[in-house]
Amino acid sequence: MSPEKLDLLQGTLDLMVLQTLAVMGSMHGYGIARRIEQVSADEVLLNQGTIYASLVRLEQRGWISSSWGVSGNNRKARFYAITKGGRRQLAADARHWERLTGVMDRVLSMDTDEEPA
Amino acid sequence: MSRLRRAFARIVSFVFRNRQEANFEDEMAAHLEMAIDENIERGMSVVEARRQAMLRFGTLDQARYHHREARSFMRVDLLMQDLKYTVRTLRRDPGFTIVAVLILGLAIGANIAVFSVVNTLMLRPLPFPSAQQLVWIAPPPAKCGLSCATYSTDAYDEFRMYTRSYQDVTGYFAFSSPGNLSLKLGGAPIPATSIDVIANFFNVLGVTPAMGRTFTPDDARNGAAPVIVLSNAWWRRQFNADPSIIGKAFDMNGQQTTVIGVLPADFDFGAVFSPGAKVDAITPLNLYGPPRNWGNIITLIGRLKPGVSMGQAVSDAEAAAPHMCWNNNNPNTCGTYTGAVVPVALKDYVSGKLRRALVVLWSAVAMILLIACVNLSNLLLARAASRSKEFAMRGALGAGRGRIIRQLLTESLVLSSGGALVGLLLADLLVSWLAHQGSVALPLLGLLQIDRTALAWTVLIAVSSAVVFGFVPGLRMAAGNLYEALKDSGPGAGLGRKHERTRSILVISEVALACMLLVGAGLLLRSFLHVLDVDLGFQPDRAAAIKVDYNDNAPTNDASVEKRTAIFQQVISRVSAIPGVEAAGISDYLPLDRNRSWGLPLPKGVKPPEKQPDGPLVYVVTPGYIRALGARLKGRDFTWNDGPHSQPVVLIDSGYAHYLAQLANWHDDNVVGQLLDNGPGPGLRIAGVVDTVREESTEAPTGWQIYYPMTQATPSAAELVVRTQLPPAALAGSVLRTLRDINPNQTAAEFRPLQLLVDHANSPRRFFMLLVAAFATLGLLLAALGIYGVISYTVTRQTQEIGIRMALGATAAIVQRKVLVGTVRLALIGVIVGAVASLFAAKLIATLLFATSPWDLPTYLGMGALLIAVAAISGFLPARRASRVDPMVALRSN
Repeated sequence: MSPEKLDLLQGTLDLMVLQTLAVMGSMHGYGIARRIEQVSADEVLLNQGTIYASLVRLEQRGWISSSWGVSGNNRKARFYAITKGGRRQLAADARHWERLTGVMDRVLSMDTDEEPA
Repeated sequence: MSRLRRAFARIVSFVFRNRQEANFEDEMAAHLEMAIDENIERGMSVVEARRQAMLRFGTLDQARYHHREARSFMRVDLLMQDLKYTVRTLRRDPGFTIVAVLILGLAIGANIAVFSVVNTLMLRPLPFPSAQQLVWIAPPPAKCGLSCATYSTDAYDEFRMYTRSYQDVTGYFAFSSPGNLSLKLGGAPIPATSIDVIANFFNVLGVTPAMGRTFTPDDARNGAAPVIVLSNAWWRRQFNADPSIIGKAFDMNGQQTTVIGVLPADFDFGAVFSPGAKVDAITPLNLYGPPRNWGNIITLIGRLKPGVSMGQAVSDAEAAAPHMCWNNNNPNTCGTYTGAVVPVALKDYVSGKLRRALVVLWSAVAMILLIACVNLSNLLLARAASRSKEFAMRGALGAGRGRIIRQLLTESLVLSSGGALVGLLLADLLVSWLAHQGSVALPLLGLLQIDRTALAWTVLIAVSSAVVFGFVPGLRMAAGNLYEALKDSGPGAGLGRKHERTRSILVISEVALACMLLVGAGLLLRSFLHVLDVDLGFQPDRAAAIKVDYNDNAPTNDASVEKRTAIFQQVISRVSAIPGVEAAGISDYLPLDRNRSWGLPLPKGVKPPEKQPDGPLVYVVTPGYIRALGARLKGRDFTWNDGPHSQPVVLIDSGYAHYLAQLANWHDDNVVGQLLDNGPGPGLRIAGVVDTVREESTEAPTGWQIYYPMTQATPSAAELVVRTQLPPAALAGSVLRTLRDINPNQTAAEFRPLQLLVDHANSPRRFFMLLVAAFATLGLLLAALGIYGVISYTVTRQTQEIGIRMALGATAAIVQRKVLVGTVRLALIGVIVGAVASLFAAKLIATLLFATSPWDLPTYLGMGALLIAVAAISGFLPARRASRVDPMVALRSN
């Protein structure tokens, strides 16, 4: 894998999965993984297999639910959907993330501004 | 909330882990197939499509690992893995496993058993509801026996009236003699023991009967129909656990007595109030009948109101004391109890004196456990050395240091769990044996059992000992150098040296611990031997006593004396005629049994001293009793001519005689023949002086004694003492037959060797001494085993070195001596360390010793020598093996 790809921060994968399910509705693991890859324009380093650990975590917390169904090309697959609690959690996590990125932005821009002095 | 939910989900997931794994496999398969389909659609070949799909997915194992970690308890999974592996490795080495489990089993077993004893006697509350409210009310210790430890019935009433902090107060008659109940079921009367209690006794203690009811005030009134409550054990033994016994009446002491209740199995009067005695039944005490005039007869037990502190209870009792009268009809006696009404927690009364002994016992088994742990550490270390390559290999394959330590700790835990199971079995045997030592005068012993607390304790010590003995080898192993271990390291490598030093330190500490145990046991043993050597003032061997039933009821005192004299004369002359009987005599109380006092007769015409000492203990005896007891007598014994109308005579003991002589300025040899004041009357002539008899304890003289003839004073019972040349048991049958001959109503009373009374008095000391000695022996054994193991292992490691030495000309004797000297050197260091530690530890047991210094040199020397001898023996076998090494074989091997 190319070294330029981004390593995922702890916990960010869970947030991505929640957001994907919130936007796309019910999806199977492969679909979620593909969607995240597409959206990130292949910029994140994602072993598709690791998505399942995230799915189990989220399901055990009650933020997503799952059921077996049939995929577009007639394959038996497990489909995941976001729950009400999951939407609440997503909103909270997104707010938290925005604050964090905001702070990071400010800190980083300060660094470049003050360099000449 | 979501965290809780997740924990729950994890547990569920752990339980159903097989199904979850299968589901996940399906899910992964579907994932890959979808990826392959998509790749083929994009125009890849089938092979390339699969390769790309796999590449994007990552390794399947990694996905499984992460999935499992997120889903369930990774640690539990690992633990299962460790457990499986451990069981496999242990099974491969059954010798080691069995030895380790046995060592731990012995040590843990001893610990569980002693913990059960400590828990029952010291930690757990007494077996009554809200037992912390119960108090024992008694005067401070005095020398006049039970009479100075009890109260009159009037005093009881006044105490109840003048105190506020007590819910209620009760008590029991303290002078009941064993075998005081004679049950007639048709055949010969059966002896049993009953205790008279105040009617509210069971209410105050909070004991509810297993069947029927307990007493009401009506049962204790004048003229009430006789009723009885049976102990659970007697009901089972004598009445075959008759379920419909309530309401049935039996002939007891010649009266039709109705059974109104059966006590629960967990209430044993003797276990709490008179250790070592068997109490079969409880009867109500009529406070307002004859006992009113019997003086001090009852012990007091109170139940404090909720929230009342001990301090309040004490000052309340102190304030009530001046109002208490020995006898209400005699106002002079009011206030005689001032300063003599002191409540203490009932529990302290029952088992407080044993606290120190129990702590010592507890420390002894803790030391055993430590020795066992050191032993196990040693064994594991030796094993670890031979497994170092295995661990190095595992390390090389990527096992983390923590993982290896965890594996070793799992092994320790498995071993200690095995040990705990064996220990539980052993402890169960030991505890049930202890619980049946009915003759040991220790309280609550019969209630011993391995309960839930003891089980929790077992788990605690099993886990902590696993950590203790697994830790050192674990660290040593994990710290091992991979490279060093993997290359074929020979003996004498750096690691081996370091191990050797650790092992030596372990052996030294083991020997030191064993030394402390042995010294403690030695000191207790010497104390016990000293106690056995004490001059009791009488000869307990070859003498025995049996309770004689007699009836001297008569209209006048003279007639009663005449009747009694006739009976006793007949009994003594008939029994003396039995072949083998040397002497026979009757006393109402026996030494080291019950006792009482009647005040202090002083020399006639001498002004009483300001502060009077406690009065002598009173014995009402027949002629011949002193001889039968085997006590030395100066002056003359009583004769049958000392009748009710002749000069009253007494015998007194030498301690009392000495006191009187000083008071009246008599010469010590001149006491016989002097007169004592007994109020109105001609005075008491001292007919003789008897050696002081140890009456209350074998370990120290307590009260003085005075003997009255049965022809001049009224005995409260009759114990026939027979001295014989034969073993006393051989006479039991013929004596009882003779008594039956004289009185068909004679119960089949127990023929008690006097030695039994002495043994009973010594039983707590013997009990503790035996236990500590047993533990010390166990400690010695374990230490010997440890020394053997280490020396043997060292010799094995040094086989090559020894071979070279022998090839260079060392003789077998030199090799053997070198190994032995090494062993003894380790033992010697251990003994010195242990002896120094003992010097400090011995101070803790100083109060338990009798006529023995805690720094008793012979004990220290003897035990040190014993340990070194045992160490030498343990080292001898490996030493001999070393001397037989064949240089050729040794050099060729490896």
